[in-house]
Amino acid sequence: MERDDLIQDHNYSISANHNEAQGVVIRKKIWKVTGILTLITIVEVLIGAFIKQYDSVGEDNFLWPYVKVGFLVLTVVKAAYIVLIFMHLGDERKSFKWLILAPYILFILYLIFICLTESSYWHEVFQGVNSINP
Amino acid sequence: MAGQTENISRTELWGGNGSPFRISYGKQWMWMFLVSDALTFGGLLTAYGFARHQAPSWPIGEETFNAMPFLGNGYPLLYVALMTFILIVSSVTMVLAVEAGHRLDKKGVIKWLLLTVVGGLFFVGSQGWEWYHFIHGTHYGSILTLDGWAVVDYNAANELILRMGRGLTVSGAEAKTLFDGATATMQGANLIENEYAPLVPQYANFFFFITGFHGFHVFSGVVFNFIILINVLRGVYDKRGHYEMVEKVGLYWHFIDLVWVFVFTFFYLL
Repeated sequence: MERDDLIQDHNYSISANHNEAQGVVIRKKIWKVTGILTLITIVEVLIGAFIKQYDSVGEDNFLWPYVKVGFLVLTVVKAAYIVLIFMHLGDERKSFKWLILAPYILFILYLIFICLTESSYWHEVFQGVNSINP
Repeated sequence: MAGQTENISRTELWGGNGSPFRISYGKQWMWMFLVSDALTFGGLLTAYGFARHQAPSWPIGEETFNAMPFLGNGYPLLYVALMTFILIVSSVTMVLAVEAGHRLDKKGVIKWLLLTVVGGLFFVGSQGWEWYHFIHGTHYGSILTLDGWAVVDYNAANELILRMGRGLTVSGAEAKTLFDGATATMQGANLIENEYAPLVPQYANFFFFITGFHGFHVFSGVVFNFIILINVLRGVYDKRGHYEMVEKVGLYWHFIDLVWVFVFTFFYLL
């Protein structure tokens, strides 16, 4: 088994330097991701501006739950591009990538779950209070 | 297993000579800091979700944030979309500065880092404008009518419109009657009350706290970028033979963009 964790030149950044030809490839990738991020933002704003949360009589728009999920998916896609490409986490070692991502994802999913469960309960309590005391 | 580790000396393993992640110490701990900072923002946004989910009603983003500088109202989400775009572009110029650094191209680093600083200043300025607008109030404030709180507005023909929440509007004689019978008014926003959601004062608190905390990050990011830019100009990293400091402040700068992507979704879109 070949070891790849020793710093021969005592500096990872020097070994991370690249030449002009490699730079052209990397810059092309950067501009591609820029286009994708801009496009997603434009789509988000158009959806937000044209699909209303409520219809003309104040009832919930039946499309809105799907729009909400759509926004969340687009946001996570944007976040993934920023973290993996712009922050180069996708180019780091696999062990480091998961050292950063796994604890955070686990904790935040748990936090969201527990907070939404609790606030659903309180939402019902307040609705009950309102129906007794309109 | 023992056979493989036998011929590796103790000093080689633990003498600071190797990193299990093949990443420099500074970059690794910048990442650790960003994870902890992301937990702070995650906590804030989840608390916002908690308050919003339990509230009976919540203001609609595109109605609250529909103003443009110098142009007035009627531009739902356009200004904040522009701010988002500016921040994404400054993230792109940052990644280009990092790329130029890997080629030891000092001129390229200076150009892209300078543009990043300018983009960051634009964003902070935009946020300042938005805070000013939010605090002073959008249009004519809110009034307490017999049918509950309503936001006062006028249409293109200068006729009175009352926004009753849930996207409902009242106009004409009915609006005039409700307007004349109003018993209380509210204008602008502070930590105690706000015209956008008179029944949920926490709305403005969350707005100030989350966008303020993010804005402070942007401001400090601009300061860091500026310090590194001065070092680049002085040739510090040329002498060092690598531009890893640019990469490290770059990580922080991308993180700010990352947080804004989430703030944008939860505060303005949903």
